[in-house]
Amino acid sequence: MGRYILRRILQMVPVVICATFLIYAMNFALPGDPVRALGGERPLPEEVQEQIRDRYNLDDPLLVQYGKYMGNVLQGDLGESLAVRRGTDVSDIIADTWPVTALLALVAFAFEIVIGIGAGVVAALRSGSFLDNLVRGSTILIVSVPIFVIGLVAQIVFGVRLGILPVAGTAQGWVSYILPGFVLAAVSLAYVSRITRNSLMENLRADYVRTATAKGLSRRRVVGRHALRNSMIPVVTFLAFDLGTLLSGTIVTEGIFNLNGIGGIAFDAIRQQDGTVVVGIVTMFVLIFVLANLIVDILYAVLDPRIRYD
Amino acid sequence: MSELPTTHDTGAWSLPRRGEPVLSVRDLHVEFRTRRGTLQAVRGVSWDVEPGETLAILGESGSGKSVSAQAVMGLIDSPPGHITSGSIHFRGRDLLGAPEVEQRRVRAEGVSIIFQDALTALNPVFTVGWQIAELFRVHRGLGRREAYQRAGDLLDRVGIPSARQRLHEYPHQFSGGMRQRAMIAMALALEPDVLIADEPTTALDVTVQAQIMDLLTDLQRDLGMGLVLITHDLAVVADVADRVAVMYAGRVVETGRVREVFTDPAHPYTLGLMRSIPPLERRTASLDPIRGTPPNPGALPVGCAFAPRCAFARDRCREEDPALEVVEAGRASACHFSEEVRRDG
Repeated sequence: MGRYILRRILQMVPVVICATFLIYAMNFALPGDPVRALGGERPLPEEVQEQIRDRYNLDDPLLVQYGKYMGNVLQGDLGESLAVRRGTDVSDIIADTWPVTALLALVAFAFEIVIGIGAGVVAALRSGSFLDNLVRGSTILIVSVPIFVIGLVAQIVFGVRLGILPVAGTAQGWVSYILPGFVLAAVSLAYVSRITRNSLMENLRADYVRTATAKGLSRRRVVGRHALRNSMIPVVTFLAFDLGTLLSGTIVTEGIFNLNGIGGIAFDAIRQQDGTVVVGIVTMFVLIFVLANLIVDILYAVLDPRIRYD
Repeated sequence: MSELPTTHDTGAWSLPRRGEPVLSVRDLHVEFRTRRGTLQAVRGVSWDVEPGETLAILGESGSGKSVSAQAVMGLIDSPPGHITSGSIHFRGRDLLGAPEVEQRRVRAEGVSIIFQDALTALNPVFTVGWQIAELFRVHRGLGRREAYQRAGDLLDRVGIPSARQRLHEYPHQFSGGMRQRAMIAMALALEPDVLIADEPTTALDVTVQAQIMDLLTDLQRDLGMGLVLITHDLAVVADVADRVAVMYAGRVVETGRVREVFTDPAHPYTLGLMRSIPPLERRTASLDPIRGTPPNPGALPVGCAFAPRCAFARDRCREEDPALEVVEAGRASACHFSEEVRRDG
């Protein structure tokens, strides 16, 4: 098990290098001159532009730039913002906005796990019933409606009409995250319940479930201990990938609910060609994504003993 | 050995007998309702088994030979399966009418079952030891340590080498024969009165098959339990069974002591089975199979289901389904012309 984890961690290194390089290169290849753009209507004096280019190594070839950048990153220096929050360290920007996004994603993730798996299990156990059809119908509805529509409807219904949850902002602490968390989770939640339902139904027909029944175990134990654990394997795969998607997918939700998270900064940085901010944020996303995958692979081996020995 | 007599002078299902059956199935009807119609999987099947006795249920795929066992174990998924009539008695108590809790207790301690494919029948994500210990923990309330101790004893008992270490291995780390041994250990954990073995050796190599059958008969003798052996293998039946119930198209067509049924069949289907065995003395003999195919359980013919394939069939066979009737002490056949069959066979 230890060796398995070590191997997986080593496999992460090339992934992180490749991913960051790709982002760096794409950013490098963007048309337009970010230094010129800084001046806007009034062009900056040539000397100032030179100074900025020099300071940010902007005249170096791609590989050299990337090398210098990675050297700094390894020393904990992500560079400073050129445009979005000019002069601020990227690490400070991330530290500033990260908690909002992380909390939002975690709330969404919790919704996904609790409601998604719960609805899937109920639908599988009562397949063909009203509840099953309700779950299946609502998942199709959620998946087919754009997320900003869901967000606005949720705001109007729960925030304005019923007035039970804050409409926007983070003034009321964690309660403020319930509505945006649910909206962010909505689509994934639908998928999770579908995957859970199908996986559990398949496992309920498996021979080992027959054996468990023949052992005189209660239905609850047959489903809860024997069938559910096997059914969770595809669900866990989806959840892990989705944790990354949730984090990077917060841009729209943050916009709708007026949350000052990392998504909004990333959006602004891309628009204003603030390379250091874009690369810094995306690098962090990549790291989180890769870590999430590592956790899944470990969870896999815990859930399914056959994997360890492959 | 069992304390009850195991002679079968009066052993037919319908006759008074010396021993008390521990498990008996009476006139069981099971159907599967699908979108394409209703399949009558089992149409009035009766059998019983005494302590220490081996009953073979012999039949080909689709004859319904496993269905009555599944009904006993509560394994018929509903929908689509429905037990429409009949009864199952364990130690004199009706199981089908019993509350869920009691049914579960009988399944745990009274009757257990092993299946054809032990790889899929064992849960892939738990160790073999855990799966056996689960029975002691759930049904006997034992602690973890003691439950594993007992599980280790059982693995040892069914002939698994270095049983203590193998407790902590997963089913996929066991070989086919070892897996079936582990299944047997699990089935015998709570010392049931009856073991149902549903094609226990079909998925195994021939050499391993013999070992598993030996193990089963040894354990049966030691524990004095009844064994219900569901199989399509005539040789296994001849080898280990005391009595046999031959099934065709969802019914028992002939029943009696194995030697008598095999040497002197009273039903044309049994006769056909006997004639399809390749004789040892003629090396290049052409086989004499039963012509035709079994009927579709969704569209059974009127009258006797075997009539379309039967050389003895007359008009009466195509109109009237023969009942299972006693042909001599301890034997019954469901054929209008059983005497003729016996004369010819």
